[in-house]
Amino acid sequence: MGRYSVFSLLRQAATGNTGWQRAWRAAVPKPSYDVVIVGGGGHGLATAFYLAENHGIRNVAVLEKGYIGGGNVGRNTTVIRSNYLLDGNTQFYEFSMKLWEGMSSALNFNVMFSQRGQLVTAHSADQMDTFSHRANIMRSNGIDADILDREEVRKLVPYLDFSETARFPIHGAIFQGRAGTARHDAVAWGYARAASGHGVDIIEGCEVTDFIRHGDRIVGVETTRGRIGAGKVGLAVAGHTSVLGQKAGLELPIESHLLQAFVTEPVKPLVDHVIAYGADHFYLSQSDKGGLVFGGNLDGYNSYSQRGNTGVLREVCEAAIALMPNISRLRLLRHWGGIMDMTPDASPIISLTPVDGLYLNGGWCYGGFKATPASGWCFAHMLATDQTHELTRCYRLDRFRTGHMIDEAGAGPFAWLQ
Amino acid sequence: MLRIACPSCGVRDQGEFRYGGDATVERPSYDNADQEAWFRYVYVRPNPKGLHQEYWQHIFGCRQWLVVERDTVTHSISSVEFARKQRA
Repeated sequence: MGRYSVFSLLRQAATGNTGWQRAWRAAVPKPSYDVVIVGGGGHGLATAFYLAENHGIRNVAVLEKGYIGGGNVGRNTTVIRSNYLLDGNTQFYEFSMKLWEGMSSALNFNVMFSQRGQLVTAHSADQMDTFSHRANIMRSNGIDADILDREEVRKLVPYLDFSETARFPIHGAIFQGRAGTARHDAVAWGYARAASGHGVDIIEGCEVTDFIRHGDRIVGVETTRGRIGAGKVGLAVAGHTSVLGQKAGLELPIESHLLQAFVTEPVKPLVDHVIAYGADHFYLSQSDKGGLVFGGNLDGYNSYSQRGNTGVLREVCEAAIALMPNISRLRLLRHWGGIMDMTPDASPIISLTPVDGLYLNGGWCYGGFKATPASGWCFAHMLATDQTHELTRCYRLDRFRTGHMIDEAGAGPFAWLQ
Repeated sequence: MLRIACPSCGVRDQGEFRYGGDATVERPSYDNADQEAWFRYVYVRPNPKGLHQEYWQHIFGCRQWLVVERDTVTHSISSVEFARKQRA
């Protein structure tokens, strides 16, 4: 696999684009690996890449039951931000942001990271106070944050509803200028290509059906493509963490819920930022193709069906039009659903487990995409060293038992209310 | 979109109901001092891929709590009954 550069582009342009190679090797499973990562989504691929890049562990396989880019990494709204409040989250997501900033050059793959800035609108004086609190916490952690008043918000995004009749008048907003979006497929493809270049086997169409044990230790996996031995097994199968966890004997504080996203027909450049609506759960950005991409709440009852339905559609469109009445006549082009691991405190799990040889990365709730690089970085560290990375000390599995929850959503143990 | 056959009101749209979580989880008795039992009650969920028994309340109808058995992959509902009946 050659490196991508302006010269490779020119060479291909001159020769009719006939010389492009596959982005990653179509690997055939070997009998065993040092590390097997179950789940070829963003987090699994990033983990494999950092295992090779940071720790020199290259005898690694990533097993994906479908195809690369077909799971949650292709089912999100691509928003990247690090505007968190609680200790543990702030540092982790800011580390992730820094990795995003260098990702295209680190992977030699243009992930189209666009730091267009994110606004969260505030709709009461109280909400402005809580946003000020959050901005102060962010700034004290070296993260950029600005508090904007109503006029400053109007200058930035004049097309929101600033009229006298607005259902929830805008008081102001919290703004993170370094937040933005990235091309989600490119992230998956970039990590897959870079990991494959380091010797990692990316095996698609390979579903893990069970675990192989030797005594109490997990020493491999049964798959639809045969038995594969493993020194260590890393689970990164958000959405199906419970299903595989149960096969390994783990009982988890996780429920699977459906989150939908929507995209309109393409229009001319209109929305320059990522906008989140502080009066409801709604967020919106404009893709590079021109479609407005937006989403809202969970469907709110346990689900493993990876498809949308109309229940939430109405709520989300109501929120969209309350915030931005001028899009009321746009047609929806398509919508999709992804399965979220919802944890009781709305924070993820990157953890050693009670099962020897098994390592867990899951429970990302809504927010897995922005965490992709840091999640891979820290999970690779755990797989390589058997130690919890400093940045994920709050994401241990046993925090629910010990009471050390990191309850960013403030929702308590009711996954369907988050 | 689900259509739930409420035993007292008939088949109604999902929008009339509120979800209430996993119906298989048993609350420990109030004088149970076992931390593990409370931990499991509050946090641990089987989260099955397939048939799932769950609470729904008919908030815009009879306001009864129901136990609905639903497939979490296909969303097909195989049974609906009053929660108090199942508890009895």
